Order: sequence, then structure tokens, then C-alpha cells
Amino acid sequence: MMLTAESIQVIKEKAARYPRRKSAILPALTVAYRQLGYVDNDVYREISEIISVPLVEIAEAATFYTMFPKEQTGRYLIQVCNNISCALLGADSLIGYLEKKLGIKKGETTPDKKFTLISVECLGSCATAPMMQINHDFYESLTPAKVDKILDELRAKS
Amino acid sequence: MFYSPVTTNANECASNPKLHLFRHVEDTSQHLLATYVKHDGYKAWRKVLGGMTPESVAEEVKKSGLRGRGGAGFPTGMKWGFIPKGTTKPRYLCCNADESEPGTCKDRVLMERDPHGVIEGMAIASYAIGCHLMFIYIRGEFGHCIERMEAAMREAYSAGHLGKNIYGSGFDLEMIVHTGGGAYICGEETALINSLEGEKGMARIRPPFPAIEGLYACPTIVNNVETLAAVTHIINNGADWYRTLGTEKSAGTKLFSLSGHVKRPGNFEVELGFPLKKMIYDPAYGGGILGDRKLKGVIPGGASTPFLTPDMVETAKLDYESLTVCGSMLGSGAIIVFHEGTCIVWTLLRLIHFFRHESCGKCTPCRDGTGWLEQIIHRIEHGHGRPEDLQALDDICGNILGRTVCPLGDAAVMPIQSALRLYRDEWQYHIDHKKCMVESHFDFK
Repeated sequence: MMLTAESIQVIKEKAARYPRRKSAILPALTVAYRQLGYVDNDVYREISEIISVPLVEIAEAATFYTMFPKEQTGRYLIQVCNNISCALLGADSLIGYLEKKLGIKKGETTPDKKFTLISVECLGSCATAPMMQINHDFYESLTPAKVDKILDELRAKS
Repeated sequence: MFYSPVTTNANECASNPKLHLFRHVEDTSQHLLATYVKHDGYKAWRKVLGGMTPESVAEEVKKSGLRGRGGAGFPTGMKWGFIPKGTTKPRYLCCNADESEPGTCKDRVLMERDPHGVIEGMAIASYAIGCHLMFIYIRGEFGHCIERMEAAMREAYSAGHLGKNIYGSGFDLEMIVHTGGGAYICGEETALINSLEGEKGMARIRPPFPAIEGLYACPTIVNNVETLAAVTHIINNGADWYRTLGTEKSAGTKLFSLSGHVKRPGNFEVELGFPLKKMIYDPAYGGGILGDRKLKGVIPGGASTPFLTPDMVETAKLDYESLTVCGSMLGSGAIIVFHEGTCIVWTLLRLIHFFRHESCGKCTPCRDGTGWLEQIIHRIEHGHGRPEDLQALDDICGNILGRTVCPLGDAAVMPIQSALRLYRDEWQYHIDHKKCMVESHFDFK
């Protein structure tokens, strides 16, 4: 079992509020991803048992949406918005800057498994571009100095 | 401190009685029930439950001329009216907070800074359509909005604004904050309903329309966050007041997200019919083009709306009818500004990459067509364009438009068609010279 008793409890409480159990699939996947940082076949099976929905339906939903990666990423998943409003204000050069700072290319993870860098589609921060999401938090109106500070703080965390 | 540092015109809204949606969004405690109530919060909800019939609420909204603020601009009261009379099935309201049309970042501000305003509007709409379980579907990436809406919901329950027998009226209303999984398509109402049911976010064929058979095959209304937030103010001030705002056919105010090459990007509430040029150049709003460069073009309503050229920007007004006359659309009110240093092919490559990525894969013209469009635009951008490519783009666009179950196919095609028409020389230059007419290089500083 990968999910903690607390996660299971939260999933059950959420599921109980919907008129139909199947509606709890996305909320359950979200709870699982928040705890584990990935959602794979074993987790699908666990969710299937917790909310009594066939495994195939869990897998079908999980693989359609982009927010439930099947594999563990680095501890800090850096997602840089590279859609039009951010691109107009330097998202490409932000990605280049992060690549240089982290010593990896877009799509890669640092050898210490601390940072994974990817680019994503619009995150709804168009008027505070350029921006990035790290795990669940947004960092907006970025400048090189701000990025330096954010990375230093994350590096300092054990 | 706010979670998002986005600029707003809340000061103007505080002193201008016509503006209402953003009046308190710079108040750092507006998200708390106590402050919301101090600012007349839940007054409209009490008024509704204190003696208005569901029909009179719906009639007031219909009379106000309020139109959907998510993009389609459909009259809200009329939409509510499609719920079958005398149905014995449960009825559902879904607030569409899957904000993900590139350029759009307005609903986010309402949820983060004024979540009770959204809940109150949802509650009033629920009463009008006879719904006892309402949902807000928030895109999964908006963790902060989700937390804020959940906290506000808990406060609303404990103060008796939600739950059983609200204000002793006998009316029961439950609420669920539902989170998405990262799919643009779920902003389309039937895909949102499928997603809420735990299915893949794929659009449904209409009819039946959601008002007849939506969530769990029951009558369902899906309304945008901003639309529902406006409902509260319509109930408080009356339909006649709302009609005095904006233009005759586009009543009310609208939130605009201004992004791209402007000096002062932000979210601004203005009356519909506001001049686009003023929005871009006035120091109270956009403050002019970044670096005082020349304007190249504007997308006025989100990434799926056709371009406006600088001469159109001179006279364009921000309302549903005026932008249609200009050959574009008001959409979600996301104004993206491009200066002269932007290559049109580079821009369209970004946009089509997005739509190809977000196509749900249900309809062949959209699934395969967006892929072909991206391949062709990609090769033009990278200097491998062929003489026949522009004709091919025209043809593919024509074969997607109007041939898909939901509007995502149309959304992908409309900016391309307009860019091919308005900036054709630049596309041709790209193919002939195997390079950009202007190099899009944007520093991050």
C-alpha cells in the first residue's frame, strides 16, 4: 500500500459527497499525486479499491490528463509556461537560464534528483509573465534575480 | 500580500459606482467571510431567499442582458430558461473555473481574492434553476484558488449561507469544489461535465444540451466564474441598473486580462464598449507598447480569436458586437499585444502547438488536422517551407472549421486563418527567404 491512512481518509470523505462514486476519480488521483509525486498502476489499483470503481476507469482518466505523471520526477518539478503571453516576455530565455543554472536540459532531472525541468502550456498567469510552477506553487513576474533566490532557497532545503 | 502579484484597477473600481467585480480585490482580507459581509456580502443571497421566486431571479438576470463571460457570450438568463419546466430530476449548477484559454487570467483573481463573491453568485443561480448541489470545477494547477474556494466554502457552511434550510427559508444547498487534471478541453461545457463524471474530458455531441441532459444525465447549467460573480450584483442593484452599464447589446462590465508587449500588463474591469486603444495605451491600463515599439497586432479575446491589425485597433471597441464587426471576437476578454519585433509564423507555431496538445482526440479533423497544421507551420518557421504550404494551410483550416463536435477545432483554426489573411506577405517571405522577416527574440529580464 502506497497511500497513507490520511490520504485514504481524505479520498473516502471526498468520494462520499458525490452522487456517483466515479466522480471521485480525479479528486482521488489528485490526493495520491500530492502525497506521492507520481501515480502509477499500483496506485490506480489502490484508488480503485478505495472508491470501488473499476481499475480500467481509473487508468483511463489518469492517462488522459497531464497532471498525474506515472514516474517520480525530481523533488522539485519546475514547470515553465511557454505559451504565447509568457513567450512574448522571454519564456524561452527563462528556460535557457534555468538550464544553465541547473546544468540540465529541458526534460531532464539533475543527478541529485532534486530538480526536474519541463515546459508546459498556459498556466493562467498571462499578466504576470514570465512564470513557472514548482511542485504546487506559482512563481510569477520572474526576473533572473528572483529565479536565483528561489533556486537558492530550494537548494538550501535538505 | 497576495499570492499573485497581478496588477488590477481596484482603485478605479472603488471610486466608480459602475464597476463592481473588482471593487474589493486589493483588500487583503476580502477572501474572509467577515470582510465580505462587511462589504454587503450575502445581501443578495438573503434577498433572494427572503421572498424572491426562482422565476423572478431568472427573469431579473434575463432582463439584465448578462451574457456568458467565459467566451461564447450566450445570454445567461436564456440559458437558465432551457431547464425543462416541472422536471423531477435533480438539477445541477457547475461553475466553470477551468480557466486555461491562453491569455486569460481573470477568474483566478476572483477566486483568490473574492471567493465568497463567486459562491454567492453560484448560490443565487442554483436557486433560480432549482439546484440543491452545486459544483465549482477548478483547473488542477490552480492550487491556491482551490484552497481559497475550499476555505470560503467551509466558512459559508458554518455561517449558514450554505447547507440545510438556509436562513430558515427551507432551501437546501450543498457545494463541492472539484479539481481538474490539466486539460484545456474541460473548459468546454460538455467536456467539463464528462470530466466531472470521472470520464476523459471529451466533448459530447449536442443535442441533448446540458440544460436537458448534462451531469449524470440530469438538467445542468454550466456558467463561467465571472458570469456568476456578476449575478450577485444584478440581484443587489437590479437589472435596470445593469442595463445602464456597457452598450445596448453588450450590457454590463467585463474583466479584461491584458498581456504580452505592454508596459503594464494586468486585469482590468471596464464597461463593455471600452475603446481597445485606450486599454492598451492609457497609463491607467496598459500604459503603451513595451519599449515604445510599434504595434504589430492584437488578439483581443484569448488565443482562439482572430487577430486585429493596428488600424483596426484604432477604432475597435471591447464589446461582443464591435469585435465581431472587426472580424474577431470578445471571447474571454484576454487581450494579447504583439509589437513589431514578433514574427507571425513564430507566434502561430506557439498557438497551434497548444491546440494540437490540447485536442482531446475525439474528432478526426481536429486531432489530425491540428497535427498537420503544426507540422507545416513548424517547417515554415524553421526555413523548410514549401511554395504550396500556404495553400495547404488554407485548405486544412477550411476542413477543420465547423466539422468538429466542440469548438476546439474552430479555436485552433481562427487565429491561423486571420494571420494568413492579414500577414500573408510575412508568411510568403518566410517561405521564399527561409527565415523570419523579424526575429522574435525576447529577453527575460
